[in-house]
Amino acid sequence: MFDFSILTNWIHSTLLGFMPEWLAVTAECVLIGVVLLLVYALLALFYIYFERKVCAAFQCRLGPNRVGPFGLLQSFADMFKMLIKELISLNYTDKFLFALAPYLVILASMLAFAVLPWGNGLQVLDFNIGIFFLMAVSSIGVLGILLAGWSSNNKFTLIGALRSGAQMVSYELSIGLSILTMVVFAGTMSVTEIVQAQSNTWFIISGHIPAIIAFIIYLIAGTAETNRGPFDLPEAESELTAGYHTEYSGIHFGFFYLAEYLNLFIVSGVATLLFFGGWMPLHIPGWEGFNTVMDYIPSVIWFIGKAVVISFIIIWFKWTFPRLRIDQMLSLEWKYLLPINLVNLVLMVLIIVYGIHL
Amino acid sequence: MALIQEKIAAQFPEATFEEGDILLVNIPDAKWHSLAKTLRDDADLKFDFLVTIVGMDWPEAYGCMYYLTSTEHNTHISVKVTAESRENPMLHSIADLWSIAGIFEREVYDFFGIVFIGNPDMRRLFLSIDWKGYPLRKDYDESPELNPVTTESERQSDFTNTWVEEADGKIVKKEERVFAENDFVVNIGPQHPATHGVLRFRTAVDGETIKKIDVYMGYIHRGVEKICEKLTYPQTLHFMDRLDYFSAHPYHHGLCMTIEQAAGIEISRRAQVIRVLMDELSRIASHCLFLGTFCMDLGATTMLFYTLRVREQILDIMEKTCGARMTFNYDCIGGVMQDLAPDFVEDVKALLAVIPKNIKEYNQVFTGNVIARNRMEGVGVLSREDAISWSVTGPSGRGSGWACDVRKTDPYSIYSELEFDEVVRTEGDSMARFKVRLDEIVQSARIIEQLIDNIPEGEYCVKVPKVLKLPKGHWFRTVEGCRGTFGVYLESDGTTSPYRLKLVPPSLTAAAAVDHLTRGSKIADLITIGGSLDYIVPDMDR
Repeated sequence: MFDFSILTNWIHSTLLGFMPEWLAVTAECVLIGVVLLLVYALLALFYIYFERKVCAAFQCRLGPNRVGPFGLLQSFADMFKMLIKELISLNYTDKFLFALAPYLVILASMLAFAVLPWGNGLQVLDFNIGIFFLMAVSSIGVLGILLAGWSSNNKFTLIGALRSGAQMVSYELSIGLSILTMVVFAGTMSVTEIVQAQSNTWFIISGHIPAIIAFIIYLIAGTAETNRGPFDLPEAESELTAGYHTEYSGIHFGFFYLAEYLNLFIVSGVATLLFFGGWMPLHIPGWEGFNTVMDYIPSVIWFIGKAVVISFIIIWFKWTFPRLRIDQMLSLEWKYLLPINLVNLVLMVLIIVYGIHL
Repeated sequence: MALIQEKIAAQFPEATFEEGDILLVNIPDAKWHSLAKTLRDDADLKFDFLVTIVGMDWPEAYGCMYYLTSTEHNTHISVKVTAESRENPMLHSIADLWSIAGIFEREVYDFFGIVFIGNPDMRRLFLSIDWKGYPLRKDYDESPELNPVTTESERQSDFTNTWVEEADGKIVKKEERVFAENDFVVNIGPQHPATHGVLRFRTAVDGETIKKIDVYMGYIHRGVEKICEKLTYPQTLHFMDRLDYFSAHPYHHGLCMTIEQAAGIEISRRAQVIRVLMDELSRIASHCLFLGTFCMDLGATTMLFYTLRVREQILDIMEKTCGARMTFNYDCIGGVMQDLAPDFVEDVKALLAVIPKNIKEYNQVFTGNVIARNRMEGVGVLSREDAISWSVTGPSGRGSGWACDVRKTDPYSIYSELEFDEVVRTEGDSMARFKVRLDEIVQSARIIEQLIDNIPEGEYCVKVPKVLKLPKGHWFRTVEGCRGTFGVYLESDGTTSPYRLKLVPPSLTAAAAVDHLTRGSKIADLITIGGSLDYIVPDMDR
């Protein structure tokens, strides 16, 4: 597999050739920031198009098909529309918090972006507690949502924000525990090492029963964490019009919109990392020829491809299921997912202790 | 009927009677409340279903016509009560006997200014709080200067009035709060995706739990009843499309039948069959739309498209025959406007072929889904007694175990010859209301199946005098609309236009029952309950 660290090291040494180290590092940081932003925006645009096409297929429609070939430029057009829209300022709101909220939301998802294993050697941050960092930053998002709902000074947004708070705090537990199960299995919190450990068989296969249970719980909790249907209560449009972002317009609304889609990608990305080998190609022990062919597919494509497939499942949920009610959603978490998760963690530990994994 | 008359005459010697299709009892206001109680509670009478209260401005006095039905004996009665004073008309309220009476009385108060003594909530129902005059009074001043179109927000009050009769017979006006003083009131509607039109719920909540709902109506009130008093009979028909626009055919049917009955017009068999076919087609279309929008309210957007597929097919059939997809304006006095399109039979057969397949799909996608079941089962339970007391008719009433299908209880047109089952479920929750509608699609398809090959030849519209004058008198007729019992009260003074045309919409009672059904449930349940009652706002506002 092509190791991207060769490329990054070459850039670093080339820069060092005509500038001092501190300047080189600064230049690299700026470069990475720009690339990250670009990837962020492009992915969001892709996801908007992808979801619209998928949902159209479910609903016997065509989906966007007017702007550009197959409607490919539709989401670009939408983006420009969003950019040039007026930012409406409201009376009787907390102006500072109101403006801060969308940035917090987008910051959370952008920081989480940094630790995803994009490809072989292609990772912005790689340190020994990568998973821990990921969980920590992704929970900043809920703060932004709470602030948005509170500072809008609107009863609908407040209810939406409170729902969101209750939902995210609860489901964070399930996400945490199912990730913990996999961390126990991997024996490390470093993203690189987790990926390396799956070079032969992915965790979902080698960890068999507890890994599959953890994956299902993670998928449910992840859907809830991203506020997507059937858990889209914070923005339940038939109840709360648009929930916490009712009062936002223009690019501030766009940030919430972007963050929603990017959180979808992050949740799928983390699932890919923990259960489906991150950027690792599909290897089947013993099939050398097959494995070599798989290795020719670039690692970036592997990672994004797997994440998109998992996102497809989450999108499928949204367009099939009706929405839960708040009490049903909380009882699902506290009465079912959490106990199952704890038992599953013990099961995983037993499996490791007795060595009955692949 | 004679038995009922004897029974009432024995207890209330001051009552006078007028025979007719429906027995009419005249009673002075002072005795009205006790008569009402007897009518409701007496084991031989049991008039437990208050169909409507028709406010009236007769030349001699203001008053009301009460239409009552016994669900047990399937008998009907009407009571006429007149107010003593013309300057300050007052009647005794029966809001304590029938839950729905409170809303009906508010409507009468709104239009005629008749105050009901003892009604706990005497506010206007449809018109704005500062409206001057009572529009359905015959001496109402229509000049726009009196009630100008204002650009300012409507004044809103947290208080309501009530008139109470004290022990010494003195009547005192009191002011009371609608909500408790510290309630957190969320305004749901009039612009809200789940209120199905411009309906407004002022909702007092405690966290996510609903404490009380105050329903505000009238955002789409067009004064149809008032306008009709100035139009000729054929002209009044056009408004029937614009009440419940999803059951335009049954509504047309109802008014046409009432006018034909009054004028003594006999219509051809072909027209009867066509009317019933159209009624049932629109029932399927309407229920399809209900299934779709209801699922969308619950967050399952995809179902809408699956149900709209069938609805679209029906609208295409209608378009070919009626020339319109929404405001059909098809039934007319004497029959129907034009003959069926040449490929009507073929199209309807194609439709009948796809319906079973689609219903199976709806059940697979939605009805069996565990989330859908959790959201609907046991939510908004309406008992049979409450359904009758709130006059919640149609599929919603039948979901509560009340067999209230007018096609069965009081068959009109050719329904008595047709074979179909009345779908009744006993659970009374949102799921029951949902399933009743799903099953009614099958029954409607059954009716169409029986008729589609046997459309008799003949004229589709009989000759009707160019200038139609009805004899003096009054008539009341109910039909089964797609959402419940639709009633027409027609009073004629012998001219070419009605003296009073009162329309009894099923949606009004359904919306009025929302407060009762949502007490103590969650905000999300309000959407489920509102969706499952399936009210149409232009229908209730008229």
